[in-house]
Formats: sequence, structure tokens, C-alpha cells
Amino acid sequence: MNRLLQKMSELIKNKRKALAMFVTAGYPTIKLTPQIVFELEKAGADIIELGIPFSDPIADGPVIQIASQVALNNGVTITKIWEIVRDIRLSSNIPIVLMGYYNPIYCYGVEKFLDAAANAGVDGLVVADLPLEEADNFRRSAVAKNISQIFLAAPTTSDKRLVELDNATSGFLYCVSTTGTTGIRNNVPAEAVEYLLRCKQLVKKNPILVGFGISSSADVRNISRYADGVIVGSALIDLIRKNYFEIPKNNLLQEVYNFVSELRISLNNGANNEAG
Amino acid sequence: MTNTKYNYPDNRGYFGEFGGKFVPETLIYALEELEAKYLELKNDPAFQKMFYQLLKHFAGRPTPLYFAERLTEKYQGAKIYLKREDLCHTGAHKINNAIGQILLAKQLGKNRIIAETGAGQHGVATATVAAKLGLECIVYMGAEDIIRQKSNVGRMKLLAAEVRSVESGTKTLKDAANEAIRDWVTNIRNTHYIIGSVIGPHPYPMIVRDFQSVIGIEAKSQILEIENRLPDYLLASVGGGSNSIGLFFNFLEDDVKMIGLEAGGEGIFTDKHAATLSKGSPGVLHGNLSYLLQDANGQILPTHSISAGLDYPGVGPEHSYLKATGRVQYFAVSDVEAVEAAIELTQTEGIIPALESAHALAYLKTLLPSTSKNEIVILNLSGRGDKDMDTILKYFEERRTR
Repeated sequence: MNRLLQKMSELIKNKRKALAMFVTAGYPTIKLTPQIVFELEKAGADIIELGIPFSDPIADGPVIQIASQVALNNGVTITKIWEIVRDIRLSSNIPIVLMGYYNPIYCYGVEKFLDAAANAGVDGLVVADLPLEEADNFRRSAVAKNISQIFLAAPTTSDKRLVELDNATSGFLYCVSTTGTTGIRNNVPAEAVEYLLRCKQLVKKNPILVGFGISSSADVRNISRYADGVIVGSALIDLIRKNYFEIPKNNLLQEVYNFVSELRISLNNGANNEAG
Repeated sequence: MTNTKYNYPDNRGYFGEFGGKFVPETLIYALEELEAKYLELKNDPAFQKMFYQLLKHFAGRPTPLYFAERLTEKYQGAKIYLKREDLCHTGAHKINNAIGQILLAKQLGKNRIIAETGAGQHGVATATVAAKLGLECIVYMGAEDIIRQKSNVGRMKLLAAEVRSVESGTKTLKDAANEAIRDWVTNIRNTHYIIGSVIGPHPYPMIVRDFQSVIGIEAKSQILEIENRLPDYLLASVGGGSNSIGLFFNFLEDDVKMIGLEAGGEGIFTDKHAATLSKGSPGVLHGNLSYLLQDANGQILPTHSISAGLDYPGVGPEHSYLKATGRVQYFAVSDVEAVEAAIELTQTEGIIPALESAHALAYLKTLLPSTSKNEIVILNLSGRGDKDMDTILKYFEERRTR
């Protein structure tokens, strides 16, 4: 059992909702990534998603597209990501999930990639453009190396397929809140509720975490009623951008801490409301 | 020649080890819906009739197979025939696929059409059929291509399409495709994405090939009628690879040599080219596994070609398969060779070709000396050169003053 699976069973046992935070590896700098991760953990994040930057991120909106480009310009490669993960592992046991696109992994070599990921201390993987149809070999290898491969579900996913995804995924099912790319939205669309209720009914084996467009404390409160946890990405990246590039005199790490602490409180409150 | 029937893609969308469906989960349902509808309509006589009626009366098919007499005389080798796709409505072969796919979109009940375009030919073709059927049309085009293919941008706007300038990445065809995919993921329920080449996730490479295969079907019956025999060589330019597969497909099981010509840019030993099959390696981009121009870390490389339609770091998966099996050979032609060939055709035959097609023309110089006068070459003249006049004239003036 890896750290992610352990954490998920712990959260379920304690009836606590999961807070997963996404940050692009090497954004805004390679050096800052571990420090940002430590702040995220301190502020109450349960899971860290580290983005593997790719030149052509088709599932991402402008915020993460730009972060990926900055990270690539900073010289981030998969090899560099192993160093970042090792740095984090020196002082933290927080579950780490890598999220990226298939080509850099394919180019690195799937077996070699999974071995190196396991060695560095990675617990899970989300590959945005590797759907069930293409994932057979990859999944077998990941299972053998005790790495959770996390599949995505979307509002357009059929009932039958939701069950298949529930059987295939490990750790949690990543439910994309809406049709669209990652990014900051004003509010979570109405269709999300109907779809999440459908997921809740059909997904029996794994917890459901909801991502894409979850940006604010209000979103977190709303969504947590229908899910086992949330994933926040673009809103954090945008906060990092503002406090590093736009207003560099601000204390970036303090701002990150404040933002995530607030999300944590909202998530707990949302959960309490549901219980009460 | 092998005796086994050519039967690709397989039911997973693979041509040998190439192809597949590497897309975000949101798109899976749309791809399944599209494949089911296409397979149903493919054998539906009413749909086929509608398609061929539009090809005939709207696109102007069949296009002539034209004997290039003076060009043949000049090279003193095989007889050169040009498949005149440049005479299609809107000026290139792209209209064949646009007609087929818009009929599909109608049947799918989707009333919003999106497309990516490089040279603007596919954008114009899509805007044209969307105007004809009264559907909303949005075309994504790289900011750099908007500058170098200005006249096509004007045509699209006049056809009531919205042209969205793409400022990300290299601001060319690859980035336009990224943006179109993002739009599709977002508006999946009411939108059909008309991909312009034999690229993208399954079933697109198959669908676009099938709609373009009319080129080779016509060429075969035309050459049999004129010469009473099959050709010895087929030549076509390859960017994503739709005009070439369109010509080649109906000859794959015949004893005919086939050559695809890629954009060699400023030379394939520089970093300024788009010669994917000559210089690339397998990888995943825009939903399929195929040859790609990428760096050692799997990041997609910027490309260069004088022709916007070939300026793409990927290539259709079927071409990767045809290269791997050796059925088709692929070579690169430089920017300068292409423009020289465009000028040559203009001045010997009175036809101004698109710079994309000129890449195939340029290879005549290499191929013809090794052929004999009783051999036959068919070259796909995939588009006309009106859109490239600024580029060709600039080169022509510079050459005169050198």
C-alpha cells in the first residue's frame, strides 16, 4: 500500500474530506517547488499533485499552459522532477501524484519512468491523454510497482464506463467537474451536481475527488457535499503568479499558506454542514 | 506485392503500431458517437449519394487528370500527369473532406462547427460548407499563419466564419489544433470538430482518408482510360498527409511506387524544417501515436516551412505505418526547391501551384532522370497558388535582383 492509498483510507475512516493541491513542478522556480509543497502540507493539503510540464497541454486552460511554459523555460525535465520529489521526501511523507501528458513519459520510456517514479517516492499518476483504451500495459506496470494510476471521469462519461473506470482506477477517481479545460471559473456549473450524484451512485470502490474549475472557498464548500474531496490547481497557480511575478515584494509562501488554510476550513465546514 | 488485403485501421484505430485514441476522457464519448455514426453512414446509399452529388455539383468533381506535355518534354523521362485538385471549388483538395464531415455533423445533430487551419485552405473549405449548410463556424489559426495567408483569412470572414487568432506556442498549425481541441472539450455537446488532415484520434485518420480517397479512385479510372495501364509512380506532398493518402489509398494493393514529399525547410540538417518522417521519432500528439518532431525530453519542437500547410511537427499515423512497412518512401524538399518548382510549373504549363503541392513537383527533378519515356508518373497537384502569391513573388523578385 502506497502513501496515497494509506491516506485515502485514513481520510475515509476519519470522515474527513480530501484536499488535493496541484502545482506545476518547477513553477515559478525549481527551487521553490519543495518549499511550496511544504506550505501546502502545513496549511492542510492531504495530497500533492505535481504537474509534469508539456509543450502542448490540450486539457489545460491558459493559467496552467503558461505555468508549464515557465517550468520548461526553467529547465524542468522528468529527471529534474525526480530531484524535486527526492527533496520533498527528505522531510515529508505527503502523498505525491504526478500529473501530465503521455508523450514525455512515452519518450522517457514507460517502464523506466515507473521505476524511477517509485524510487523517487511518487505514489500516483494522472495521465490526462491516456484513457482506458490505451492504458492497459501502463496500468499493469504501475500496479506491479505499487503506483496508483488515477483515471479521470467526465460529465460525458457513460454510466457503464463510470463503472469500468471505478474498476480501473486506484486511490481515487478524478472527476472532472465540467466539460472543458482546467482553469478558474466563476462558479461550478449546474450540470456538475447532476453528474456528481450519478458518480456517487455508480462509483462504489473508490473515493471521488472533483477537479477542474474549483477555485474558491465557496466552490470547495459546494462541491464537497457531493464528493470525497476536491482538487484545486489553476487558482493556486494564479496566486503564485501574482505573488511571485506581479507583486514580488509579497511573501509568496505566506500567501500560499493563507489561501490553502482557508480552503481547508471551507472544506471542513462543508463536510460538517453535510453531516448536520 | 503482398497478397494480404490492406485492412487498416484495426478496431482500436491502429495502423500497425501507430494511431490510437490518446485523448482526455471528455472526448471519448464524442469519438465513439462519431465512429458509430460514420460506420453506419459509410454503407448507407442515401448518404453516399448525397456526398457524391455535392462533390460533383458543388466541389466540381471529378477533377481532370492532366497530361503536362511541356514539363514531360523538359525532363525527357516518364510521362507526367497532374491530378488537378487545384481546380476544386475553394482551390484545394480540402473541400472533399469538409463536405463529407459537414454531412456527418448534420447527421450527428451538431450545429456548431470548429476547425484548425494552417495555410487557410482547410479553414476556407470548412467555412464554405458551413455557409452552404447554414451552420455556425469557428476557425482556429495561428497568429503567424494569419499574417502569411492573409487572403484566406479574408475569405473565411466573408463566408461568415469567425477566425480566432492563436497566440500560444509557435503560433502555427500545431497550436491552432491545440486550441481547437480545447474548444471541442468545452463545447463537446453541440460541436463537431472538422479535422483537416489524416491526424487526430481515431476515427479521424480513417474518416478523412476515406473522404479524400476519391482522389485516387478518380485518378485510377482516368489513367486506365487514357493510358490503359496503371502508373509507375505516385507523388504527393505530406504535411499531415491528407492529399497524399487521398491519392495513394486506392493504389496500395497495386504494383505502383509511391513517394511522399515532406517540408525540408531550410534543410533537414538545420533545425528549420517540418520533415517529420525523415527526421522524427514516434510519439503522441493530438490524439495519436505517430512520428513526431520532438526533443530528447518529449517536448514538441518548433517547425519551419515556407508553406504553412506543411508546417506541422506531426504526421498522420497511417503514413508512419506506410513508412515502417516500406510501402511508401518519404523524402524532404527544401523551401527553395519548392518555390523554384512552383515557378517552373507556372512558366511551362501555365498553372500556379500551391507551395504545398510544389514540394511534390520539386521531386520530379530527382526522380525523372531515372525513369524511361514509357513510364508514367501521377502527381497530386493538391492546391492552387493564389494564396501564396506574396511569398512566391517576393522570392521571384529577389532572385531577379541577385
